[in-house]
Amino acid sequence: MLSAIGVKSLEDLFSHLPPEVRLGRPLDVAPGKSEYEIVDYFRARGDENANGYASFLGAGVYHHYRPVLVDTVVSRGEFLTSYTPYQAEIAQGTLTTIFEFQTMICQLTGMEVANASMYDGSTAVPEAAMMAMRVTGRDRILVSRTVHPEYREVLATYAQHQGMPVAEFGYQRDAGSLDMADLEKQIDGETAAVIIQSPNFFGIVEDVRRAAEIAHSHGALLVVVFAEAVSLGLLEPPRDADIVAGELQSFAISPSYGGPFAGIIATKEKFMRQMPGRIVGETKDSRGNRAFCLTLATREQHIRREKATSNICTNQALIALMATVFMTVYGKEGLRELAEQNLSKAHYLASQLPLRFSGPFFNEFVATTNGRSPEQVNQALLDQKIIGGLPLKRFYPELDNSMLLCATETSKREKLDAMAEVFGR
Amino acid sequence: MYPANFRYTKEHEWVRVEGDTGVVGITDHAQKELGDIVYVDLPKVGTRIEQGKTLGSVESVKAVSDIYAPVSGEIIEVNDALATAPEKLNEDPHGAAWLVKIKLSAPEETKQLLSAGDYQSYVGAEEAGH
Amino acid sequence: MIRKVRQHINQNEPLVFENSSPGKRGYQLPPLDVPAVDAASALGAKNTREQIEGFPEVSEVEAIRHFTRLSTHNYAIDLGLYPLGSCTMKYNPRVNEQVARIDGLAWGHPYQPESLSQGILEVMGTLERILAEITGMDAVTLQPAAGAHGEFTGILLIRALLESRGNPRKKLLIPDSAHGTNPATAITAGYAVENIKSNDRGMVDIEQLARLVDEDVAALMITNPNTLGVFEENINRIAEILHAKGAMVYMDGANMNALVGIARPGDFGVDVMHLNLHKTFSTPHGGGGPGSGPVAVKKALEPFLPTPRLARAGDQWKWNYDLPQSIGRVRAFYGNIGMHIRALAYIMAHGGAGLRNATMDAVLNANYIRTLVAPYYDLPLNAPSMHECVFSDQRQAKRGVRTGDIAKRLIDYGFHPYTVSFPMIVHGAMMIEPTETESKAELDLFVDALISIAKEVEDDPELVLKAPHNTRTSRVDEVTAARRPIVRWKPRSVASQAAD
Repeated sequence: MLSAIGVKSLEDLFSHLPPEVRLGRPLDVAPGKSEYEIVDYFRARGDENANGYASFLGAGVYHHYRPVLVDTVVSRGEFLTSYTPYQAEIAQGTLTTIFEFQTMICQLTGMEVANASMYDGSTAVPEAAMMAMRVTGRDRILVSRTVHPEYREVLATYAQHQGMPVAEFGYQRDAGSLDMADLEKQIDGETAAVIIQSPNFFGIVEDVRRAAEIAHSHGALLVVVFAEAVSLGLLEPPRDADIVAGELQSFAISPSYGGPFAGIIATKEKFMRQMPGRIVGETKDSRGNRAFCLTLATREQHIRREKATSNICTNQALIALMATVFMTVYGKEGLRELAEQNLSKAHYLASQLPLRFSGPFFNEFVATTNGRSPEQVNQALLDQKIIGGLPLKRFYPELDNSMLLCATETSKREKLDAMAEVFGR
Repeated sequence: MYPANFRYTKEHEWVRVEGDTGVVGITDHAQKELGDIVYVDLPKVGTRIEQGKTLGSVESVKAVSDIYAPVSGEIIEVNDALATAPEKLNEDPHGAAWLVKIKLSAPEETKQLLSAGDYQSYVGAEEAGH
Repeated sequence: MIRKVRQHINQNEPLVFENSSPGKRGYQLPPLDVPAVDAASALGAKNTREQIEGFPEVSEVEAIRHFTRLSTHNYAIDLGLYPLGSCTMKYNPRVNEQVARIDGLAWGHPYQPESLSQGILEVMGTLERILAEITGMDAVTLQPAAGAHGEFTGILLIRALLESRGNPRKKLLIPDSAHGTNPATAITAGYAVENIKSNDRGMVDIEQLARLVDEDVAALMITNPNTLGVFEENINRIAEILHAKGAMVYMDGANMNALVGIARPGDFGVDVMHLNLHKTFSTPHGGGGPGSGPVAVKKALEPFLPTPRLARAGDQWKWNYDLPQSIGRVRAFYGNIGMHIRALAYIMAHGGAGLRNATMDAVLNANYIRTLVAPYYDLPLNAPSMHECVFSDQRQAKRGVRTGDIAKRLIDYGFHPYTVSFPMIVHGAMMIEPTETESKAELDLFVDALISIAKEVEDDPELVLKAPHNTRTSRVDEVTAARRPIVRWKPRSVASQAAD
């Protein structure tokens, strides 16, 4: 190959680089290892983490069972090792599954159109806010304090240089749900979007319709966020929302210490062209067969550059595929039954604990640790190989002695009972 | 090719004046350069626009082009048919696929625009330059 | 002659919704071991739904056949060369997949105690250190979820540093050869964009740059090697020009596969850059994600990195949230950890010398293609190529055949096309990046295919214009898809009503 090119050595291929930019020494990276050593290293790292613990952590990342089929499908090289499906003729596999994904997200959320996925739920929130700015021509964002605190932090990071003032409105201290009076007080004619989450960060199901009425009466859009997608197996979808921004981690995506996950944005058809991210559409090939392709690409950065709807380039295709397989395997009856099991387990646990809020909840709730700090309770639980809940003081100073707990279909009754027993001591 | 009663811009828009109204569109040359047009973004009725400023945009599958207003005034009518049939812009850019009607606020502006003959030779030079 | 492929049986497959029958299911949950709770009474009847209208109802075997059949409609690296320029489609080692699925790593919760997360944190800490060494930078954040997200993070860092010095400035300079994400990022971070023209060697025009850099310029966003596969030979001078005016150099690390072990951005004046773990470090593209876009910075920018940062406390790793100057979070939790694990596995397999060899092989492969294809296609720039080469369709265009047509004809020869019509500064661009993955045999087949197509363009241009001919899906009508968008499936009755 060198002689074909007309050089004597590999080094010659780099002879045009200025000498001062060359690295004059070997990289300080250990010599290459065999497959066996690599597997061994990562097994050892895995053993240093929480293994064999029951966990009651939720707060945006949920421990659900992953059907075997999910891994089987995404391990196929045709899905795993392909690129973004720009060449539609040899990417119908990916394109068809994304089209199915978009359809399922619409069915799930009650929206009319959905994109091919975003990085995650947290980044979908500022993308939804910016979309609302484009639709309304306004710039102010009102976000509920019951939206995931880290999602709100991400929104603040994005907002700071966009001329997008963000204000927060409160929650009812007894119910744990939206303080509609505070929303009414703060909303104005400059408000582009009201952002709420349901079930909210405390696990409580919000009154989406009422929030929509308030937002719409002021000409603002309502953005509804979800972090626990399994809830949509049972909950009335947020049909009154204008934009739904969500996180699909619950659909067969392993927690992986926080990522990779997949977010979505879904909306009404009339706002489709303001939606960020990739979209797959149906069409025909030159022989008249149904085919799919990426469409409405003129919204995107590679064409519109500085005028794009977003700088987003990748979606989370493989993660979205995992969610698609999950939704297919569970299906219409299965997702409902799964949601019912989550509801039942969480309510079984909650019935034995002192609750902080009175609002209706799905599979998460806030419990108060009377007399002890949440950290003390968690330490006692760790001794029983149980990881307890998330102490809330870190995000909500007013909620000291409170922790957020989650139960899913994977929470066995004996662990729920052990949890309640330690908590009640 | 290019109707003699239209005036043209170097950005490939045309305007046809009817009394105090200007009917605006893009030229046949523009539609050919763009290829298959898939979407047209136009302002709402009542919008005030200025000559030379962005009026809207036309999109092909892989490109977006701004449309510049050839004249100033207020939008009084928008060709809604293009929303569902953008291909009309490829088929009949000087006729059925007009974009907007503008109530002229400065009718004398049209004098600065190109005549059909001037536009024809301008486009000819541009094509030769490819 | 087409040597790589011949046709074989390939099954049709309807959409999963069209395959559904009421009551079918592909799952079984264990029996509920606690009392069942009635949803309507627990949540309120108005808060609960009856059913998910239209949701799939198939058996397990129908589900596996559905997705397996669809998978056979895809091309993939596992099937052969995937020479998309600037995308670095290299082999995705399967050991990476296996280690990312180890229970203690894959099922760790981001809020579990740090004392029970030391293994994951050790992986992240190790990767941060190695990425700093590879880039020649001082500190790394793994938080950004993808390349464009890394760009956004990096530009916010620059803004924060300049702001702390009293003036965030107004604009970013971006070469006309840049990826579209660069200008889109600039706007998202609140900067105006000023384009810089490339010179006739495809490089930044130094004199123009010197004229443009003033007190309003926050940074230059540069890709090096650039999207033409050309190393910016004056990069040190470029950095000097920016630094002299108090501006920064941002480097898009999309093309790091040309530099690892050979040259380090930190040594040639770059202040902040992102890496694409899904390009240079072999994490799978997965049909368009997930990616991961770590950002590496020089010391001056470190205080502004996203919160939280990984830190050492005695012999333990911990998360540090006490970062008063931080730009804040760019995503929830700590990043795409699953990708970090895979990237570290790739780095471990290669070692320092192996990483350098991979770079050399990538550059060798690109130059081999360039040399053998050059007699048949126009090479618009004669500057030396690094890991990719860019041809143009200028000769074939005279026969009415464009880069997109040649790309489609390559499919008939059993290859994924190169990157079409990018970079935009080359009219009719054909951008080819083979990566180090490919053997000489696969490269020769590819070169033969391109030469054969060049002859077809002379003899029978229609053959190329109507390609692909041998695929199950022929040329897809993207125009109709965009004119009348159908972006979800609807039951036939609903769809036909809507059409009436």
